Amino acid sequence: MDAELLYASAGFILFVLGIWSLLLHRLLIRKLIALNIMGSGVFHLLIATAEHHGEPADPVPHALVLTGIVVAVSATALALSFGRALRGDGDD
Amino acid sequence: MRNSLEPKPQRSAALLVVVLLILLAGLLQWVYFTHAATAPGAGLTALAQAELPRSGVTNPVTAVLLNYRALDTLLELSVLLTAMLGIWSLGPATPGYQQAGAVFAGLAAWVVPLLILSGGYLLWIGAKAPGGAFQAGALLAAAGVIQRLGGDPRASLPNESAQRWLAIAGIGIFALVGLATLVAGRGFLDYPLAWAGWLILLIETFATLTIATLLTAAYVGGQPPPSQTTATPGMHRMQAPDRKA
Amino acid sequence: MTATLALLIFDVLMLLTLLGLAVATLSSRDPRRAAILFIAFGLWLSLVWARLGAPDVALAEAAIGAGLGGALILSAARRARASSQAKARAPTPPERTPPV
Repeated sequence: MDAELLYASAGFILFVLGIWSLLLHRLLIRKLIALNIMGSGVFHLLIATAEHHGEPADPVPHALVLTGIVVAVSATALALSFGRALRGDGDD
Repeated sequence: MRNSLEPKPQRSAALLVVVLLILLAGLLQWVYFTHAATAPGAGLTALAQAELPRSGVTNPVTAVLLNYRALDTLLELSVLLTAMLGIWSLGPATPGYQQAGAVFAGLAAWVVPLLILSGGYLLWIGAKAPGGAFQAGALLAAAGVIQRLGGDPRASLPNESAQRWLAIAGIGIFALVGLATLVAGRGFLDYPLAWAGWLILLIETFATLTIATLLTAAYVGGQPPPSQTTATPGMHRMQAPDRKA
Repeated sequence: MTATLALLIFDVLMLLTLLGLAVATLSSRDPRRAAILFIAFGLWLSLVWARLGAPDVALAEAAIGAGLGGALILSAARRARASSQAKARAPTPPERTPPV
C-alpha cells in the first residue's frame, strides 16, 4: 500500500469525523472544534497530495494550506466573539 | 449545567447520520483513489522550481506566497482585517486575567524576548528556509497572548489608534508596492528581479507586524477600552468588577 | 525491504494516533477537555506534516493552529465553564479571574 494514499485517506476520515461531530453536538464550542478538524482534514489531504517520493514537494498546496490555517483561526476567533455576543451577557 | 455537559442526541438520528457519513467517506475515498491512479502526477512542482531563480527568494513556499500568488496573500491579510473589524464591532474586550504571580512573571520575562527574537529569525530566514511572515507573526502574537495571560488586559498592544495603524500597515505597504510596480510599467506586484528579494522582505516585515497585531487583537476578543491607556495592569484589575456589574 | 516496512509501520502509527486524538477530541463532552485535546491534535498534525515534507506548514500549524487557535478555544471553554457554574450556584458570584 502506498504511503501517500494512506495519508490522503486519513484526511477524508478526519473530514467525515468533523461532520459527524458538527451535526450531532449542540454546544457552539464543540461545533467550532469540529469545524476546525474538518478544515484540518482538508489541509491534510492537500499536504498529502503535494508530497511525491524523493522529489521536492509541490509548494503551491503548501502555500494554500498556510493561508488556510490563518483564515481558519481568524474565522474561529470571529465565531467565538459572535457566540459571546449571542449569549448576551457581554463577557461570559 | 446546560453548558458544561450537553444532552445526547436522539439515537435514531445519530445512527442515520453515522450511516450516511460512512457512505460519504467511502464515496470520497473511491473517487480519490480512482482519480489518483490516473492523475498526471507532479502538478506545479516543476514550474515553481523553474521560476525560482527569478522570484528573489529560494524558499519555494515563500516564492508562491509573496511572488507568484502575492495577490492572494494580500487578500488574505484583508480577510484577517475583516475578521478583526467584526470582532471589534461586537463590543469591548473582556477585562482580562488577574495579575500573575512571580513565577509566571519570571517565565514571561524570559519567554517573551525569546519569542520576539525567534520571530525576527523566522522572518529573516523565510527567504531561504522554512519560515516567513505568518510563522513570525504567530510567534509575536503568542508573546502577546502570554502577556495577556500574565495580567496585561491589552496584551502589550499599543493604544487603539496605533493598533488601527498597525492593523493596516501590512496591507498598505503591500498595496503600495503593487501600485509602484504598476506605475513602473509592470504588472500589479510584478517585482523587478534586482529588487525582488528586498521588496519581499519589506512586505513581509510589515505583514508580520500586521499579522501579530490582528491575531493578538483576535485573542483579546474585543475593542480595547477607550480610556486608561496609561493605566497599570493592577489598576485595570481593580476597575474590572465595575464593568462586570 | 525492512526499511520500507518499518517506515510503513511508522506511518500507520502516526495516522492511528492522529485519528485517535481526533476521535478523543470530538467525543469528549467537557469543553475544556476537548480544547486541550484539540491542542494535542494540532501539534500531532504538525508532526505528521513535517513527516510529509512540509516544514513551513508544520511550523504554521504548530504556532497558529494549535497554539493560538487552541488558546482561543481554551479561553472560550473556560468562560463557558465559569458561566455554567454561575448558573448552577446562582447566589455566589462566579469566580471571574482564576489564577493562571
